Amino acid sequence: MSMLEKTLGWVDDRFPLTKMWKEHLSEYYAPKNFNFWYFFGSLALMVLVMQILTGIWLTMSYKPDAELAFASVEFIMRDVEWGWLIRYLHSTGASAFFVVVYLHMFRGLMYGSYKKPRELIWLFGMFIYLALMAEAFMGYLLPWGQMSYWGAQVIVSLFGAVPFVGEELAIWIRGDFVIGDATLNRFFAFHVIALPIVLLGLVVAHIIALHEVGSNNPDGVEIKKNKGADGKPVDGIPFHPYYSVKDIVGVIVFLFFFAAVIFFAPELGGWFLEKDNFVPADPLKTPEHIVPLWYFTPFYAILRAVPPIGVSQFPGVVAMGMAIVVLFLLPWLDRSPVKSIRYRGVIYKFFLALFVISFIVLGWLGTQPAGGIYLILSQIFSITYFLFFILMPWYTKIDKTKPVPERVTFK
Amino acid sequence: MKKVIIALVMVSLSSLVNAAGGKIHLDEANIDLTDKASLQRGAKLFTNYCLNCHAASFMRYNRMGKDLGISDKLVADNLIFSDDKVGDLMKVAMTTEDGATWFGTPPPDLSVISRAKGAGDVGANWLYTYFRSFYVDESRPFGVNNTVFKDVGMPHVLWELQGMQKLLNAEEVSKGATPEFALVSTGSMTADEYDTAARDLTNFLVYIGEPSKLKRLALGGWVLAFLVFFFFVAYAMKKEYWKDIH
Repeated sequence: MSMLEKTLGWVDDRFPLTKMWKEHLSEYYAPKNFNFWYFFGSLALMVLVMQILTGIWLTMSYKPDAELAFASVEFIMRDVEWGWLIRYLHSTGASAFFVVVYLHMFRGLMYGSYKKPRELIWLFGMFIYLALMAEAFMGYLLPWGQMSYWGAQVIVSLFGAVPFVGEELAIWIRGDFVIGDATLNRFFAFHVIALPIVLLGLVVAHIIALHEVGSNNPDGVEIKKNKGADGKPVDGIPFHPYYSVKDIVGVIVFLFFFAAVIFFAPELGGWFLEKDNFVPADPLKTPEHIVPLWYFTPFYAILRAVPPIGVSQFPGVVAMGMAIVVLFLLPWLDRSPVKSIRYRGVIYKFFLALFVISFIVLGWLGTQPAGGIYLILSQIFSITYFLFFILMPWYTKIDKTKPVPERVTFK
Repeated sequence: MKKVIIALVMVSLSSLVNAAGGKIHLDEANIDLTDKASLQRGAKLFTNYCLNCHAASFMRYNRMGKDLGISDKLVADNLIFSDDKVGDLMKVAMTTEDGATWFGTPPPDLSVISRAKGAGDVGANWLYTYFRSFYVDESRPFGVNNTVFKDVGMPHVLWELQGMQKLLNAEEVSKGATPEFALVSTGSMTADEYDTAARDLTNFLVYIGEPSKLKRLALGGWVLAFLVFFFFVAYAMKKEYWKDIH
């Protein structure tokens, strides 16, 4: 027995190291027919790790103080060795996180990955999405630029729309009557400690739930129903090495596009770093257009689409909240007997396409000034967004499905 | 019914026009960050004409010297007009309160002004056009206005270089036309020389907006090239592992 085996044996007697390695990697059987859409889970994990690492290094020089925050970011950009790279990795990473998470969620919609028995995976995933939105929102305040400041001002004031307790609630969140130093400090605490802990916990739960029931696949076939004499799924292959080597290829392709943005267009034409955020926060000067970052704009458009009652924006706030809540309910709204879009009928495909178009158009509308034709379009596409969910129990039931094969298709 | 359709079309058209409106004409700056002579001339203009009221308080003198190929001694002798050391940040003596009293609004810090005016080339084009768009307007406190920055609070600091010009087509400019100017008094530079000076100053402001930009661009190609190479290696490895999966 070699020294290494001896050491491993010693550890295994005290901690389930080999057992965990097998359970989650070398003997975790994943369907062999994963396609392009299955890269985004591992990519999301990689981006999370990258955000945490770059975040730690940014924290070493960043100052969560209304007087110093803006200058400390520029200090990082100029005087910290490789600080500009760390900062761009982090700022681009935030947008990249939403890109991969949106694609990951769309995969779930296409292949019915939220359906029984994977409802909890979906719920954990939705909570990750929620925590991620909070994380991004609070992180966006930290550079203390004009858009940081006024974006936070607008979003926090939405809580003020809650009847009766709204004003008090908004003051309680800000710790001040306007966004100020107290707000910056608490958002910093949430951004670097509270939310990352929640995120990591939820990611672990997401993966444990996934490994308990096994991965779905583009055919929506349960591979555990077809086991060989050895008790292993015949259409399953060990995650390691097969998917670890495959995911490395995905990581490189992702990094290619990611690096292209970082090195050649870190502002991405103002979509990833807005020009107004190169002006220090000024509570006395409101920017011409206050626009949230692109990943929030679909919900922002829904918020503005709903007319206020009197002066209260509360109906819009409720609609925006509902737009996220309905996603949680997906596993129970879908009554189709099949999972994958490959075997679903034309009605589901139509509604899914309508949903994707609505989401993208709303995202664009959220960046435009409200009013005129934009308002009417926001209202139309808000309705079609919700129709996807509201009508789902009906259309998934009457939709004509195709027979699902016994085994996965793999060429 | 027809009326309703016409009304709807009118509403949608007017909102489209509104969305397209407010665009200011900008000239192409065509700056070159690798042109050190241009950056050095820009630094000279900046420290002589801008750095009295505007600070660039995130930028250090010696970092500028290092990037622009100017020795610490030359920086200290020629570009620092206060008792600052070469390792200091480019601050100004004027307080925010004084600035607000004298100009109505404190002169903004110029460290990242090129990035605040727009992503990509937009910021540079804005600055370049701005420097060349001051015109006589007796209704303003300093007697000048600017077509790029309406009712700007600062005087035309570079007037002794450019001279003073008047705006010929104010009426059309307010509707989005390209402004046309004519000199009413000449400066020490010809029009071409002044355009070059404006370009040098813009170049310098873009440089201090992001001093690591050239390094970033130079490194980018290598990173992408490495990733392409690594892709083929990783793809070959994937192929090798997967050849027994049928």
